Amino acid sequence: MSESAGNSTSEYIHHHLTNLQDGHGFWTFNLDTLITSALLGLLVVGLFAWVARKATSGVPGKLQAAVEMIFEMVQSQVRDTFHGDSGAVGPLALTIFVWVFVLNAMDLLPVDLVPMILGAFGVHHWKAVPTTDPNHTFAMSLTVFFLIYFYNIKAKKFGGFMHEVLTAPFGPKMAPFNLLFRLIEDLAKPVSLALRLFGNMYAGEMVFILIALLPFYLQWVLGAPWAIFHILIITLQAFIFMILTIIYLSMAHESH
Amino acid sequence: MNINATIIGQAITFAILIWFTMKFVWPPLVAALEERARKIADGLAAAERGKQDLVLAERRSEEALNEAKAKAAEIIALSEKRRSEIIEEARLEAKAEADRVIAQSKSEVEQEVMRAKESLRDRVADLAVAGAEKILRREINAQAHSELLASIRTEL
Repeated sequence: MSESAGNSTSEYIHHHLTNLQDGHGFWTFNLDTLITSALLGLLVVGLFAWVARKATSGVPGKLQAAVEMIFEMVQSQVRDTFHGDSGAVGPLALTIFVWVFVLNAMDLLPVDLVPMILGAFGVHHWKAVPTTDPNHTFAMSLTVFFLIYFYNIKAKKFGGFMHEVLTAPFGPKMAPFNLLFRLIEDLAKPVSLALRLFGNMYAGEMVFILIALLPFYLQWVLGAPWAIFHILIITLQAFIFMILTIIYLSMAHESH
Repeated sequence: MNINATIIGQAITFAILIWFTMKFVWPPLVAALEERARKIADGLAAAERGKQDLVLAERRSEEALNEAKAKAAEIIALSEKRRSEIIEEARLEAKAEADRVIAQSKSEVEQEVMRAKESLRDRVADLAVAGAEKILRREINAQAHSELLASIRTEL
């Protein structure tokens, strides 16, 4: 591979992994992540709201049946896992599943499609899949993290929660160790949630980019199986994020 | 940003993905949705049928009730008729029986009267003879007048 080819390859990859940004330092916004996730989120919320508005208790149309099936799947997961008053957990789980799914599904579009269309309008960087941006996955997992604490304190009151933090699992005499363990455990939750989703989607996107570097007549050999496999990955990752959120919140609700 | 043959390769890949989805992913999902819709439709139809059956059964039970009522009224009327018939029969029978009893006692009374008359006749004859004997003892011979006495006796 010649020097110039190598340059253009790395340029291509770099180009695809660069967000459209605005701002300086910490106060930089990844506009592509924000816009894509907001648009898709609004789209799905709008679709679900529309279906819910004209829902009939009679024979459902295909769209209503599809929304019902997703809803029932989430509902049954919440009911199986979460004991007690599930409150906001059901809607939260539904939102997480559907949102993560549609954001992941952007991965199935050809890697060059969205950047190319927007490139024609003078936008030179665009990462189409928001879940390949750790900012997005961490935003979601940190929300879950705060909800875990909210539910902990709501269920056990502040005193009960502190008592649990200091006494489980080794008893009151080992309070510092208990606290340390608890800190590690609780911090691992958002980190693992965010990094699992980000890692899977980033790696998938990376493979798509690398496949796009093959000669065009060979791309489908690897690209098609990977895309098909990805249908499974995006659903699975959305499901895992949802189910782990439910489990964490259910753990927050129960005493050790 | 440069357009090159990559776009053709990606288009082929995307086309295969779309074909795969059309062929293997979409149909089972649509089938599941249709199955669900069908189940719900069947359930609603069954409920509707049940409702209709209930209405029909109610109507049938009402008919049966009316029929039973009519039959009961008929039976009551029949028995009423039969009752008056029986009473009439019994009345006639009792009347006949009473007539018979009356006739019998009448004839018994007649016989009794006859018998009393007979014995009275005997007694009167005896008394007359005894009286006449006492009157005539002194002057009249009983044997001489027995013919006369016998004629008197037959006249009694």
